[in-house]
Amino acid sequence: MMQLSIFLENEKGRLAYALNLLAEFNVNIQALSLADTKDYGVLRIIVANPEEVAQQLREHNCVVKLTPVWVLKVPDSSGGLAGVLDKLVNEGVIVEYLYAYVEKANEQAQVVLRVRDTAIMQAAMDKLKLE
Amino acid sequence: MSQEELLKGLRRTVEQALKAPYYKRKLTEVGIHYPADIHTMEDFRRIPLTEKEDLRRNYPFGLFAEPMEKIVRVHASSGTTGKPTVVGYTREDIKLWAAIVAKHLTRAGVTSDDVIHIAYGYGLFTGGMGLHGGSEELGALTIPVSGGNTQRQLMIMKDFGSTVLCCTPSYALYLAESLEEAGISKDELKLRVGVFGAEPWTDKMRDEIEARLGLQALDIYGLSETMGPGVSMECLKCNGLHIDEHFYPEILDENGNVLPEGQSGELVLTSLGKMGFPGLRYRTKDLTRISYGSCVCGHTGWTMRRISGRVDDMLIIRGVNVFPSQIEEAILSVGGIEPHYFIIVDRENNLDTIEVLVEVNAQSFTDEIRELEQLQEKLQSKIEDITGISVKVRLVEPKSIPRSEGKAKRVEDKRKEKIFQ
Repeated sequence: MMQLSIFLENEKGRLAYALNLLAEFNVNIQALSLADTKDYGVLRIIVANPEEVAQQLREHNCVVKLTPVWVLKVPDSSGGLAGVLDKLVNEGVIVEYLYAYVEKANEQAQVVLRVRDTAIMQAAMDKLKLE
Repeated sequence: MSQEELLKGLRRTVEQALKAPYYKRKLTEVGIHYPADIHTMEDFRRIPLTEKEDLRRNYPFGLFAEPMEKIVRVHASSGTTGKPTVVGYTREDIKLWAAIVAKHLTRAGVTSDDVIHIAYGYGLFTGGMGLHGGSEELGALTIPVSGGNTQRQLMIMKDFGSTVLCCTPSYALYLAESLEEAGISKDELKLRVGVFGAEPWTDKMRDEIEARLGLQALDIYGLSETMGPGVSMECLKCNGLHIDEHFYPEILDENGNVLPEGQSGELVLTSLGKMGFPGLRYRTKDLTRISYGSCVCGHTGWTMRRISGRVDDMLIIRGVNVFPSQIEEAILSVGGIEPHYFIIVDRENNLDTIEVLVEVNAQSFTDEIRELEQLQEKLQSKIEDITGISVKVRLVEPKSIPRSEGKAKRVEDKRKEKIFQ
């Protein structure tokens, strides 16, 4: 899965501007996370067709990046995420960041995961038969 | 000084300059082969201007007019690239410099009974050593504290009973603030006169320094290419900076034409009586205006106004010369960065700050904050390596820095707004 990241200056209205652009393109945001620092932020979103949206955003002078991420289903119960992470850590996966959301159709808890080494993650996924 | 005396002095400087191969070539090109070829001021004005670039091209000692065995000291200031511009002094030059500074100090009411606290940097920069020589010449107690270590400065000021403070005006304010923080009242100090220079400042700042340190703040001007601090300084009347008689000032418009008295333009200086580094029609790039007259302090001659700005875009940050081109060079050396940047100079807690806005582009953008921060740090350390000052880099969105046709406006100096409003 490709995640779409957008660079935002930490200025009044910048986030609203980016979200309005997405609305204009009729993009439905499935999941969203905002990383912020003192001077700037990075808006990370999961959308249906990231390549297409990225292109549209570039045409509007946005700096965007497509980053490979994994979307994992996790049990919606106490310790659900911890259990999944433990398994991944045992396989040598290093998590850079993650954020959680609930998939609407099935009320399924999911996490978006960005890892340092995608090859290790892929191997772990295959071995653990996670989806 | 009569016209005849002035011409005599200028001829001596020309005679000295002719000893340096560079000047000899330049002067020969305009038909000046001997000092006697300068009959009138018009002849003198045929002499090409000397620029900082000329010093750089002749780095390090190419413009010295005396053999190296006669040169007893060098000073240097930073230039547009890594190489500094170097000037040399003979033993006589050093004595002359001390005498000039001592004379200024005397007009500022400073005597051999004073305790002169010199918090200008000592080193290649002329500030520390320049004031030091004048202070010793005067016979005052000289404290060569140099810059930095503010707490020690406060201790020494208090314990040694410093009466005269010499430093940059921004450092004076910083010291004032530090005093207040340390709970030391200005009444516990004996400060009465401040000799502040090496960066632009204003009357508003003067008022503040005077109120907070309880002294009379005076402006001093100078540049290494002409000598160092002491080219001019205010007397206690504070009605302009009296130019010492060993310097002949001209004010030029942007086309190099000499402007009449009272008009504002670039200050060009020629030294009278210096040996090691004669300094013939040196372009200071500083903007001011000059007038001729007498002052109650005893000075008769030229007086210049406070520097109102710079001809080029050189920035003086905490006393260090910084050029936007250096910052550009640093940014571009990192790779994958747009050549669009914007420099914001400000003053926080009375210290100059510099912030560089750099546009993020598709190539440099990554969605991990850690990597963006690394990019920021890399840019900061590159700029620091090249300019020698620490800066803050702020990453901004593409196309957010205004573009302009022709000469780009790359610098916003908020200090000026604060000072000149």
